Amino acid sequence: MGQLAVAFVTMTLGVLACAGYFYGSNALLDVIFPSKNRPPEVVARNLRIVNQVRPWLFLGPALLLLFFYLFYPVVQSVILSFYGRTGEEFVGLDNYLWLFQSGEFLESFRNNMLWLIVVPTLSTFFGLIIATMTDRIWWGNIAKTLIFMPMAISFIGASIIWKFIYEYRSGGDEQIGLLNALVVFFGGEPQTWIQIPFWNNFFLMVILVWIQTGFAMVILSAALRGIPDETIEAAVLDGASGLQIFFRIMVPQIWGTIAVVWTTITILVLKVFDIVLAMTNGQWGTQVLANQMFSWLFQGGGDYGRSAVIALVIMILVVPIMVWNIKNANAEMEGR
Amino acid sequence: MVTSKKGSALTMVVHATVLFLVIMWTIPTAGLFISSIRDKDQLSVSGWWTALSSSEQKIVYRTPDADSEIQENGLYVLRGNLLEGGSGKVVKFGISSLKPEAFEPGTETQDRRGVTFKIMANGDYEVTSDKSFRRGVRIFYTAEVPPRFTLDNYRTVLSSEGLGQSFINSLTVTIPATVIPILIAAFAAYALAWMKFPGRALLIAGVVGLLVVPLQMSLIPLLTAYSKIGAIFGIEAKGYVGIWLAHTGFGLPLAIYLLRNYISGLPGEIIESARVDGASDFVIFRKIILPLSFPALASFAIFQFLWVWNDLLIATVFLGNTEESLVLTGRLRELLGSRGGNWEILTASAFITIIIPLLVFFGLQRYLVRGLLAGSVK
Repeated sequence: MGQLAVAFVTMTLGVLACAGYFYGSNALLDVIFPSKNRPPEVVARNLRIVNQVRPWLFLGPALLLLFFYLFYPVVQSVILSFYGRTGEEFVGLDNYLWLFQSGEFLESFRNNMLWLIVVPTLSTFFGLIIATMTDRIWWGNIAKTLIFMPMAISFIGASIIWKFIYEYRSGGDEQIGLLNALVVFFGGEPQTWIQIPFWNNFFLMVILVWIQTGFAMVILSAALRGIPDETIEAAVLDGASGLQIFFRIMVPQIWGTIAVVWTTITILVLKVFDIVLAMTNGQWGTQVLANQMFSWLFQGGGDYGRSAVIALVIMILVVPIMVWNIKNANAEMEGR
Repeated sequence: MVTSKKGSALTMVVHATVLFLVIMWTIPTAGLFISSIRDKDQLSVSGWWTALSSSEQKIVYRTPDADSEIQENGLYVLRGNLLEGGSGKVVKFGISSLKPEAFEPGTETQDRRGVTFKIMANGDYEVTSDKSFRRGVRIFYTAEVPPRFTLDNYRTVLSSEGLGQSFINSLTVTIPATVIPILIAAFAAYALAWMKFPGRALLIAGVVGLLVVPLQMSLIPLLTAYSKIGAIFGIEAKGYVGIWLAHTGFGLPLAIYLLRNYISGLPGEIIESARVDGASDFVIFRKIILPLSFPALASFAIFQFLWVWNDLLIATVFLGNTEESLVLTGRLRELLGSRGGNWEILTASAFITIIIPLLVFFGLQRYLVRGLLAGSVK
């Protein structure tokens, strides 16, 4: 109870402090440069000043936080990548040389590439199929909700759910993991799935596909509904088959949305480390960049330099998407 | 006619496929939930899909020693029940570990020292000897136990595994880390949408660029900065304020982006006419923009809530791994290490961590979908 009270008070204070800043600073501005009951030329001058200052009052906290939490760290990480394990002595390109000679990095990089190919592809594919099919049946919305549900589950929670499915019992014991039970039921040999080299990567990817399919489905479903009926009707009149309509009429029209879904999942894949951490912690050839970075950050007191280099690799992989996003946003702003 | 027949066959295929996919997608979570309310002894020997059928358990029972023996007709007798009052049925028993299933219940047997064992199907046993029992004797038996559901697993994890504490920690982190970025982002979004100042386009492009910056880039510099700031002010480097601000910082690009898209789509006439009436931007924001953008605020709130609640990385780095400060995801990770084989603990804990996001999800799904669409579909 005591802790709940403390938690509640800290929460309220935190939120109030934030609201207080906006109220206080804007009230202060109105007091210093009043725009009422003053001679007109004073009012005009004050209004001009107020209008110049106020955007920065509104933007101030956001800009400060963005700078401190995102912009400055990116620059600092680049600098740190040239420094040693404590971040104090300059080591030049040592970290980079280490990176490209370390087998662990090559393994994570290869695995990351696999993740980048498999997860966005499968999620988008399943999402598209499910979105198309659920639009045609009366219980489609219930089906969508259930498939969307894993979105709400944490990566670590999902890992436990799936670890239970992959559970292996040795000897003749009854299998309590669903996958091995099925294998035994069909007459196969039970396996320790997450320890099978190379293929275990795919057993981990399944988890993320399971989570992300719902996301792809929701967005693609909305895009499919946005397709004008006339185009489909015209195709039907011309005698196109269901598959032809799907691939030749519907998919091309939502190509832009598919790209957005794809890139969003791609970015997520690069950042996910929880699943690997919880399932294998990078053992048995499943390491990925994000988890490797995390373990270098803490293992043996941490190595900031090497950790920063790995983070930098993730960043570089993201840059093309970033540029593409900014271009899109600019084009859209000019269109407005 | 041909087309309608073909149509209905296709519809059947669609129904069947969607049903199959829905089952594939829900079964993992269902298995977790069912397992979490099963008796832990049953959970460890049989799959959750057998939860409704009775299970066989092989158990070793040791009778009490001489203290509870009674004397009858010059013989020493031990009586009791193998199942200790639980329900179930003994199907086989034995008196040596080599042959634990040697006898049917209801039969009598003697060991080498002349001790007589009699065991009934309902678990009642009678062990007789002509000498006093110095210590208890062992009885091996196989019992068929009916399905048992219990909330014990939840009681255990909430009290002794520290889940209760972590639950409160998670709430303390999540609520302010959801509200603060909304406030800050809403003001910024309004400024970027409707106020004129130099450098606006550049700032918007900057926000879009920061959208995809991987968290990993921020961790090391921030860790260093936090401990320096902590040292200067003589405070603990890891604390709630630190993690709130971190979540706020990382959530801001998406928040500003989503809210700016929404707010810039609001009708300009309302804002212009309010300006003409002499309302300041602060008043316009408070009285017009905030109420009108409620749907967008709600969407982002759900996103941020789910994201913060489910986050492991930022909590580990900025709040630490001490017993008092672990949030639910961190606790789950720790349990996975220390209780790897105890599925009754893991399933119940996992369910506790996912129940709040699931409730939020089912309750507010409408807003979540709307937010997703605003964020991605152009």
